[in-house]
Amino acid sequence: MEMNEKMDALLRQVQRPARYVGGEYNQIVKDKTEVDVRVAFCFPDTYEIGMSNLGLKILYGIMNAMPGVWCERVFAPWGDITDAMRREGIPLWALESGDPLSDFDVIAVSIGYEMAYTTVLDMLDRGGIPLRAADRPELRHLVMAGGGCMCNIEPMAEFFDLCFLGEGEDVDREVLELYQKAKAEGWDKPRFLRQAAQIPGVYIPSLYDIAYNADGTIAAITARDGAPEKVRKRIVEDFDGCYYPTRPVVPSTEIVHDRVSLEVFRGCIRGCRFCQAGHTNRPVRSRRPETLLRLGKETLENTGYQELNLSSLSTSDYRDLGVLCDGLLDYCRPRGISLSLPSLRADNFSMDIMQRVQQVRKSGLTFAPEAGTQRLRDVINKNVTEEDLLNSCRIAFEGGWNNVKLYFMLGLPTETDEDVLGIAELAKKVFWTWKQHAVNKSRGVRITVSTSEFIPKPHTPFQWEGQISRAEYMRRVGLLTDALAKAKSVTYNWHDAEMSLVEAALARGDRRMGAVIERVWRAGGRLESWSEYFDLDRWLEAFPACGLDMDFYATRERPVEELQPWEHMDCAVSRKHLERERRRAYEGVTTPDCRAGCAGCGAASLLKEGVCRG
Amino acid sequence: MDKLRLKFSKTGRAVYISHLDLMRTMQRTFSRAGVALKYSEGFNPHAKISIILPLSVGTASLCEYMDFSLAEDRDLAALPALLNGYMPEGVRVLEAYEAPGKGAELRWLRLTGVMKGSRDAAFYTEFFGRDSILVEHRAKRGVRTDDIAPAIRQARFTDIDGGVEAELILHAQEPTVSPELMMAALGQDAPAYFRFTRREAFREDMTPFR
Repeated sequence: MEMNEKMDALLRQVQRPARYVGGEYNQIVKDKTEVDVRVAFCFPDTYEIGMSNLGLKILYGIMNAMPGVWCERVFAPWGDITDAMRREGIPLWALESGDPLSDFDVIAVSIGYEMAYTTVLDMLDRGGIPLRAADRPELRHLVMAGGGCMCNIEPMAEFFDLCFLGEGEDVDREVLELYQKAKAEGWDKPRFLRQAAQIPGVYIPSLYDIAYNADGTIAAITARDGAPEKVRKRIVEDFDGCYYPTRPVVPSTEIVHDRVSLEVFRGCIRGCRFCQAGHTNRPVRSRRPETLLRLGKETLENTGYQELNLSSLSTSDYRDLGVLCDGLLDYCRPRGISLSLPSLRADNFSMDIMQRVQQVRKSGLTFAPEAGTQRLRDVINKNVTEEDLLNSCRIAFEGGWNNVKLYFMLGLPTETDEDVLGIAELAKKVFWTWKQHAVNKSRGVRITVSTSEFIPKPHTPFQWEGQISRAEYMRRVGLLTDALAKAKSVTYNWHDAEMSLVEAALARGDRRMGAVIERVWRAGGRLESWSEYFDLDRWLEAFPACGLDMDFYATRERPVEELQPWEHMDCAVSRKHLERERRRAYEGVTTPDCRAGCAGCGAASLLKEGVCRG
Repeated sequence: MDKLRLKFSKTGRAVYISHLDLMRTMQRTFSRAGVALKYSEGFNPHAKISIILPLSVGTASLCEYMDFSLAEDRDLAALPALLNGYMPEGVRVLEAYEAPGKGAELRWLRLTGVMKGSRDAAFYTEFFGRDSILVEHRAKRGVRTDDIAPAIRQARFTDIDGGVEAELILHAQEPTVSPELMMAALGQDAPAYFRFTRREAFREDMTPFR
């Protein structure tokens, strides 16, 4: 990247300019005159968030390993630089070359969170790329998207040319190879898209027609031009042998997760009924401990990081966690490298691991019981009992911990006031456990209770549920606040419901919502996952202005027979399974985890032998 | 091995790396190169490294110094090439050696730069040639007014196409005067854009600092 005076002057006015210039260790620079496809990998959030994302590191590595392809990184600029960029006429640039987005063949967007939608539009526009797929008639400036949100990307369907459902390792490469061929042979865009639609895991929104009923629900989803009726998600079957970025870019400025993130397995054996990731990432596939040890060491050597994190949806469920931790500790301890584990399940085994790993820092322990009573925990299939939780707390307090965080959701299906008050009861029991078992009571204890609003998500057994209204959420917050008012050593934090409402609408939205997102963006919406940039009023204005009703999407309970906007996205867990799980939820019947007994969710069909080993 | 010193440059894109981030980057570079830094004892061990004169974000330098200790014996002559294989773009180790004296001996810096504003070389020459140049700056306790004239040993300005070229020799420690502080002293006459590079470091008596 060339630093001319204009850029230098711009960067001198802003905070943390290092996040805009690239040049980090392990970045990949190629000669642009010698590559045939240039990819701008756009992450719709700040550098600090985006560079913490493992998916970005994986795909950056995979695309750059392809001959003839150069993939660069682009992040969303913070608000202190955007006005000056517009004033000076500086378009959004990629970090490696400093070239504007409009210089690239392919714009690849990674979206894991609905609140990033407006930022995507903002980045395209700042980079000089027309927003709507229909306004990009050429093969050049192909905008493709992947990430967790693809399981219902309908609200963004009109902006994207091509989407990837599931894991991107193989399908990204296949699509880029096709693009190389198309570019070399001078195909037009429709021909390329029709051809790409034949690659499993590829979704071309423009090849699907949506018909609506008079009441606004969906009447039919019809595939055209040979596109598959249902797009089936892709997975990496051999996860142990699959690519892992042991040579990631090492930021020269501090980021959120500034460490090696070692992905131990994908998928989740737990069937928490509210959890989208737990349903859309099935089946479980693990890496062997020997593989993880090798990858971990290699990455630490190549980056110089002083911390390694074991990541997955539920790291306690890794079969060989003990062996892995011991092996890693043997390597890390003498080198002053710390090992960190994400939030663990409240069981004995996890506590034992925790004590072995975190011998020095006893900062805090986080548990997520999600609901206050056993009845409701059974409804959501969070198979943690009060006994498990209190037992884990006892072990923690005996071991010297004095800071416990408890996460809950309010507004879960079937929740009553009794369930809400149960949260307070549980917090008080945790306090009593501390009183009975703490080794050093003079230091006191801090118990933090946090609640957020339940958001029904596609591809979960709760996908048909209505979200409770903001007013009702606030009433329940009030109830809990009163119940905890006199509780000793307990702090109660609740997340605002404004963002949850928008998230609920976007998560289960349809194509018509594209107009709403564009309108919110035009009104200044961007970086909306940051509370300082979020403004509910923009959304409240935009929905009716576009002829849509936010409650229709967010708070309405949907009949099971209704055709959902994401019905043509096949994430391998069958609709039948989701319906069954929903019935069991209402009966208060739990479903064992995948290892205790296969529930026949359907995800095993993605594996060659059709057998999932959990 | 204790009391070692690294001389390095920080140019190009690396000028935007802040002081704290540079410390972290240095530590990671040593770790990648497999060179074991010595760590402090205690509950929260940290690498024993210290950069003598923090550099403002945006200013380049050909003469940065970092003091460090190693937990092992190393051929110091081979260290620069080794470390440079693991540095981010724009940071280059020039020399590694046993420190002949304390970092506090670094007293003067020669800098060059360009300034682009409404004023010409003659204006700046007159301004920085005055016997007293008062500038307000935020100190630990409130706002302080300092006279920076004694800390400016040399300030030469030449008109060039589109701006003014500057060559300065400034006192670097006790008291410290930076190009930023000089520009602040200009008040309304400060150039809209300026960029400086540290070139050479000296001891109090203007002999080269090492």
